[in-house]
Amino acid sequence: MLITCPYCGPRDVVEFTYQGDGNRERPQPASQDLDAWNAYVYDRLNPAGDHNEIWQHSGGCRAHLRVVRNTLTHEILSTAFARGGHKSAGHKAGGNQ
Amino acid sequence: MAEYSAFSLLKNALNGNKDWKPAWRKPDPKASYDVIVIGGGGHGLSTAYYLAKEHGITNVAVLEKGWLGSGNVGRNTTAVRSNYLLPQNTRFYEHSMKLWENLSHDLNYNVMFSQRGCLNLAHTPAQLDDYARRGNAMRHLGVDAELMTVNQIKRLVPALDVSGSARFPVLGGLMQPRAGTARHDAVAWGYARGADRRGVDIIENCEVTGFLRDGDQVIGVTTTRGDIRARKVALAVAGSTGHVMQLAGISHMPIESHVLQAFVSESLKPIVDTVLTFGMGHFYISQSDKGGLVYGGDLDGYNSYAQRGSLPIVDEVMSEMLALFPGLARVRMLRSWGGLCDMTMDGSPIITTGPLPGMYLNCGWCYGGFKATPASGWCFAWTIAKDEPHEFNAPFTLDRFYRGLIIDDKGQGANPRLH
Repeated sequence: MLITCPYCGPRDVVEFTYQGDGNRERPQPASQDLDAWNAYVYDRLNPAGDHNEIWQHSGGCRAHLRVVRNTLTHEILSTAFARGGHKSAGHKAGGNQ
Repeated sequence: MAEYSAFSLLKNALNGNKDWKPAWRKPDPKASYDVIVIGGGGHGLSTAYYLAKEHGITNVAVLEKGWLGSGNVGRNTTAVRSNYLLPQNTRFYEHSMKLWENLSHDLNYNVMFSQRGCLNLAHTPAQLDDYARRGNAMRHLGVDAELMTVNQIKRLVPALDVSGSARFPVLGGLMQPRAGTARHDAVAWGYARGADRRGVDIIENCEVTGFLRDGDQVIGVTTTRGDIRARKVALAVAGSTGHVMQLAGISHMPIESHVLQAFVSESLKPIVDTVLTFGMGHFYISQSDKGGLVYGGDLDGYNSYAQRGSLPIVDEVMSEMLALFPGLARVRMLRSWGGLCDMTMDGSPIITTGPLPGMYLNCGWCYGGFKATPASGWCFAWTIAKDEPHEFNAPFTLDRFYRGLIIDDKGQGANPRLH
């Protein structure tokens, strides 16, 4: 499986570390909404088909990537930097982008 | 349908094997059943068998999307063991072990259960201490466990490199002598025959495409062979749990589906007379009765519904095998294949009523579904029949994650690919 890193170009999957479901939204750090925290920690989308996920190019530029991949065929449909497209409420509130 | 016996063998041998009957019927689905079990693998078939045998519920259909036993029950490495640390797991898997020990008699079907033992190798003093602790925990609950020295291990598995110059020298190991292997296809066929002869309809090539609902209540399924109604619908679809639950409108579960590869080598003379696991990586090996080495390692590491793996794991598994057995460097690999594992967030299974009314859920077997097959079906049948869990599966709820009652034998947290 080849993943095209936006910095480095197409690289073998062994250079990457899988970080899981990219649809999860981390609650605000101060949030006391237990349902939201439980959903963030434990729940996964797990589709049979196109899956929006996070990978890190840990053996290369170390950037975190947002990858859309088909879980039935292992076809990579798109890759982009995770930052920017990331839906983390915590990041927005921190203002440290 | 005749019992298998020495007499029936002799009789059929003398008349040219003409009187053998099919082991199970091929019925068309009825319009409704008391219980529908989705999934004709080991767990679904054993559930149907124990529903009929233990609870007298025989108006049951097992729906299988392909042919019987075409999923994970034929894709594992056949190891059976109950060497767990946490009491919830130990009790459950030991119950399974006791069912295994009588399974061939119970089913009147030879599942070739072979108690050749399971030995976990330790390569650091800390790991050996950890195994001692686990062995003590097992013995407290009445499960057999023995610490083995390097010399004992050398005598048991002469081909193993136990020298000080090994890449990861062996310091000892934890042996469960009653563990072993079973013939996985025979387990599926035996349970299928046992369920069928008690009246269960096993319906192959019948894929579930949706659920019939009355409000929240599940009242049946839609399939490629028409609608089928049932008072109770039970899921035992292992790696496809996420997909099937989405058909029921539940998109988020504490589960990820991953592919796990397994391998078999060309046939050799007997060299590994036990199930052996490597403590410094993730590798396990046994030898089949035909002589092939059966072995596997880690998951590929990312979500997958493809029943095939990728080459990096092949490379890793082979290198781990050679770290243990340098003498196998020129043995050829015959086949590799992939099975789907529904990995939960704590590495323990889910056997529960719900999550929708009228639905029953059996999933989350991670790597280890095969050894659980008898107890899984036994506990699931109890849960379906009585609408409450048996004490053996009471801890394996779906909501344990949200109630802080996770059963995390490996201590890997909510990180399914590490279990």
